Amino acid sequence: MKKTYKIDVDCANCANKMEEAANKTAGVKNAVVNFMTLKMNVEFEEGAAPKEVMQEVLKNCKKVEDDCEIFL
Amino acid sequence: MNKKQKKVLTRIIIAAVLMIAFSFLPVEGYTAFVLFMIPYLVIGYDILIKAGKGIKNHQVFDENFLMAVATVGAIALGDYREGVAVMLFYQIGELFQSYAVGKSRRNISDLMDIRPDYANIERDGEIEEVDPDEVEIGSIIVVKPGEKVPIDGVIIEGTTTLNTSALTGESVPRDASEGDEVISGCINMTGVLRIKTTKEFGESTVSKILDMVENASSRKSRSENFISKFAKYYTPAVCYGALALAVLPPVVRMIFMGLSPEWGDWIMRALTFLVISCPCALVISIPLSFFAGIGGASNAGVLVKGSNYLETLAGTKYVVFDKTGTMTQGVFEVTGVHHNTLPMDEILEYAALAESFSSHPISRSLQKAYGKAIDQSRVTDVQEVSGKGVIAKVDGRTVAAGNAKLMEMKGIPYQECHSVGTIVHLAVDGEYVGHILIADLLKPHAEEAIRALKAAGIRKTVMLTGDAKRVADKVAADLGIDEVYSELLPGDKVAMVEKLLSQKNEKEKLAFVGDGINDAPVLSRADIGIAMGAMGSDAAIEAADIVLMDDDPLKIAKAIRIARKCLRIVYENIYFAIGVKVICLILGALGIANMWVAIFADVGVMVIAVLNAIRTLYVKNL
Repeated sequence: MKKTYKIDVDCANCANKMEEAANKTAGVKNAVVNFMTLKMNVEFEEGAAPKEVMQEVLKNCKKVEDDCEIFL
Repeated sequence: MNKKQKKVLTRIIIAAVLMIAFSFLPVEGYTAFVLFMIPYLVIGYDILIKAGKGIKNHQVFDENFLMAVATVGAIALGDYREGVAVMLFYQIGELFQSYAVGKSRRNISDLMDIRPDYANIERDGEIEEVDPDEVEIGSIIVVKPGEKVPIDGVIIEGTTTLNTSALTGESVPRDASEGDEVISGCINMTGVLRIKTTKEFGESTVSKILDMVENASSRKSRSENFISKFAKYYTPAVCYGALALAVLPPVVRMIFMGLSPEWGDWIMRALTFLVISCPCALVISIPLSFFAGIGGASNAGVLVKGSNYLETLAGTKYVVFDKTGTMTQGVFEVTGVHHNTLPMDEILEYAALAESFSSHPISRSLQKAYGKAIDQSRVTDVQEVSGKGVIAKVDGRTVAAGNAKLMEMKGIPYQECHSVGTIVHLAVDGEYVGHILIADLLKPHAEEAIRALKAAGIRKTVMLTGDAKRVADKVAADLGIDEVYSELLPGDKVAMVEKLLSQKNEKEKLAFVGDGINDAPVLSRADIGIAMGAMGSDAAIEAADIVLMDDDPLKIAKAIRIARKCLRIVYENIYFAIGVKVICLILGALGIANMWVAIFADVGVMVIAVLNAIRTLYVKNL
């Protein structure tokens, strides 16, 4: 399953870090962060619950870049 | 400017004023430290907090950390003014970057300003504005002059001129009237239209295009991936370099050379190192260039599905075309009547009537050329001769219309035609009366398109077609195409493209241009697939990597030029930013470059790189 989320982040490098953090989260098969359009496309693993996974993604993103937001 | 940016701007102004004012005060030592700490904290408190949080979260090496260490270090060494200045310029750079990115975001969304906000629906004789999402298939919508067509459909009432420039980049408006299909995103210019919708909003052209463009920059190019990787290793490397620079030389001087260690000097050099090292210029300008390139291209009617395709397109050296629908219009028209013993009108009338029971494209073009209503009651005894033509009685006279084989079968002497195309020979009551030439017309810009491709440095142009050799050779010669392969089945086209792919150098890319309807396998097999005429064809949008919104083959060369410009700017930025930084790092290590040079290497390079990146947006004159 694929979903797109709006995000807010200030710098391109931070967006790269968010992408890396999201990809390391359990339940995420592949995540792409697009800094220019401020969007995060997440492909979930089979059977993962997007809502819970996204909470984890947000937590992991906050860890690498404090000043970021994912609009869930 | 948004709220966040305004706040930063205020802080920058306050800090700048304080710093300059304090520089003129005759203060020394402790008082100076206290005074300069005011602007330092005003401008840098958030950076310090972020750096602290980074350390707490085990994300040490980010730019906040670099800036915090560099400025705290400078202040500890007594260079209060430099410390404040570095922080100040860093914030100015960040503000500029966020402003520039926001501005180009808006610019690009303005370019793609085709999203309709509402649809007018007619209910009980009254017009009501609703969300386009709520309109069901088969509803009647009303589009007034000046409004955008919100949903794809068919005109059931009204005539108008449509402005399609937002979709195709084509500035000449097109006329539309009852029965014509209209696609969403066009602007209705003159008359009121009533349209019966044929698709939902989500499936309409406008939604598909927006979706594609918005997701385009998610497919990252090799250069973007390179930069992400580069940034990951580069920042820690420079940090360790700076540490080594601060510790090793003084120790070596002290122990092995017996000189004074000069700690202050070497630490200052190490701090300069840290300021130079920030990778922002690269990390921001590369995706920005691609984003602007895709935005600029879509404004010119060229939809690019991802940054990686822009990269491939820039390296294209071979262009392979389909013929029908790509270089030709794909509509057959009567282009001449030759050797006729009867008047032209009469010949066309006989042919059209005799063929009136057939739905073959040839018979349709005959009927179109005849131009009058067909009275089928005048036609009797229709006899189709498979692969040859038709024999029928028209007004009681026996008419034979078909190819040379039909004439031979009937033993009628006929005249060969010297022109290329489909020939319909006509005999009335066993007597040859002439032949009609039907040909597929070349697109108006086809020849110019090939010339433009050559001028853009394309090494070879190839045409593949299922059409007869004679027709194909003629078209290729007219257009100046280098190689032509004719009488191919769809499967042969894939094989042909594979053969061409294996012959060429890995670095030189091959593009296939087709109309997207029956070329899908070839489009996906080529290095890059370009589909023609997306107007209404979903298959084209799905199969291709790049879609030309109007049917104009001239856009191929333009797309290549846009891609090249974008890639050139990307490489300029990579070389420029890395080059300046490396030079400054060396100068910094040698003690030649001071903190001010370092600030330029960081903020200045970033500003220049961003301004350079924005140039990709302007593609008008390419």
